[in-house]
Amino acid sequence: MPERVKVVENILSANDRLATVINQQLKAHRVFSINLMASPGAGKTSLIEQTIRILSTKMRIGMINGDIATSLDADRAAAAGAIAVQINTGGECHLDAVMLQQGLQSIDLANLDLLLVENVGNLVCPASFDLGTHKNVLIASTPEGDDKPYKYPGMYRGVDALVINKIDLMPYLNFDMNRFCQGVEILNPGVITFKVSCRSGEGVNTWTDWLLANVADYKKQF
Amino acid sequence: MHELTVTESLLEIALRHAEKAKAQRITALNLVIGQMASIVDESIQFYWTIIANETIAREAQLNFRRIQTEFTCQACKTVYNPLDDSFLCPHCQSENVRLSAGDEFFLESIEIES
Repeated sequence: MPERVKVVENILSANDRLATVINQQLKAHRVFSINLMASPGAGKTSLIEQTIRILSTKMRIGMINGDIATSLDADRAAAAGAIAVQINTGGECHLDAVMLQQGLQSIDLANLDLLLVENVGNLVCPASFDLGTHKNVLIASTPEGDDKPYKYPGMYRGVDALVINKIDLMPYLNFDMNRFCQGVEILNPGVITFKVSCRSGEGVNTWTDWLLANVADYKKQF
Repeated sequence: MHELTVTESLLEIALRHAEKAKAQRITALNLVIGQMASIVDESIQFYWTIIANETIAREAQLNFRRIQTEFTCQACKTVYNPLDDSFLCPHCQSENVRLSAGDEFFLESIEIES
């Protein structure tokens, strides 16, 4: 007779265990880290460039970029003043804890206060893979349309902060901010939201102030 | 999504629990998957036949219990499945609603012979 054994374990538990190891590794070096997720073209690298320009006088910033190919994004971050490492995922559509751990071997955590992890542009897969970072951040952009929370609820539900980029384009688009924010609020009640334009710089300071406060809070435990 | 990674992880979990229970054979895996997790059952089944082939889970049946996305209205307590383009309560139009099901993604149990 077959016997039933209760398991109740997250299907990606192997990834989650490694994410915990990464989290401890970051803590050992007192590095605060952010996992930045978005669709392709939302402005992940632009936000990273702005963030580095504003914060690099206040802290040491590193950036790990996951991309299917090329090092264009890591080059942009390096040009803006960060220590940048490229992980080419070789076709994988998301970063997982294994890939991030490999990337971490190429960066000296002892020389960092803040690590920005730029995930592969994708609104589905990255949401499932915990990386062990301290905050998960989603960058949405107005040209993507106001229906995105409704179409990709899994992504909007799991993040700690939301940046809405390209607000300078709103006069030219049919983007209904109320409809968009209503979907977000239902999926992720109270999630902190920043409305920015990486092109004009509008609102970017509210985001970097939040980041600065989070890094300061994190450092208090040491 | 990334069905091969999911299948590998499933096999690892199932074998670990089977070993603990001193199983000779794993006959079934009972999975609970919410609608928000975008994985394809047939694809997992396909990978399973390849990667579990040399293991005691070779003949295991994969049972998928799919859970539909469901909201509960905090105002009038209506429980409902949302429309494609709106999450609002269909009864009272409130936006004070909370997701109550649909983000499950776990292996609930395995069935073994020992």
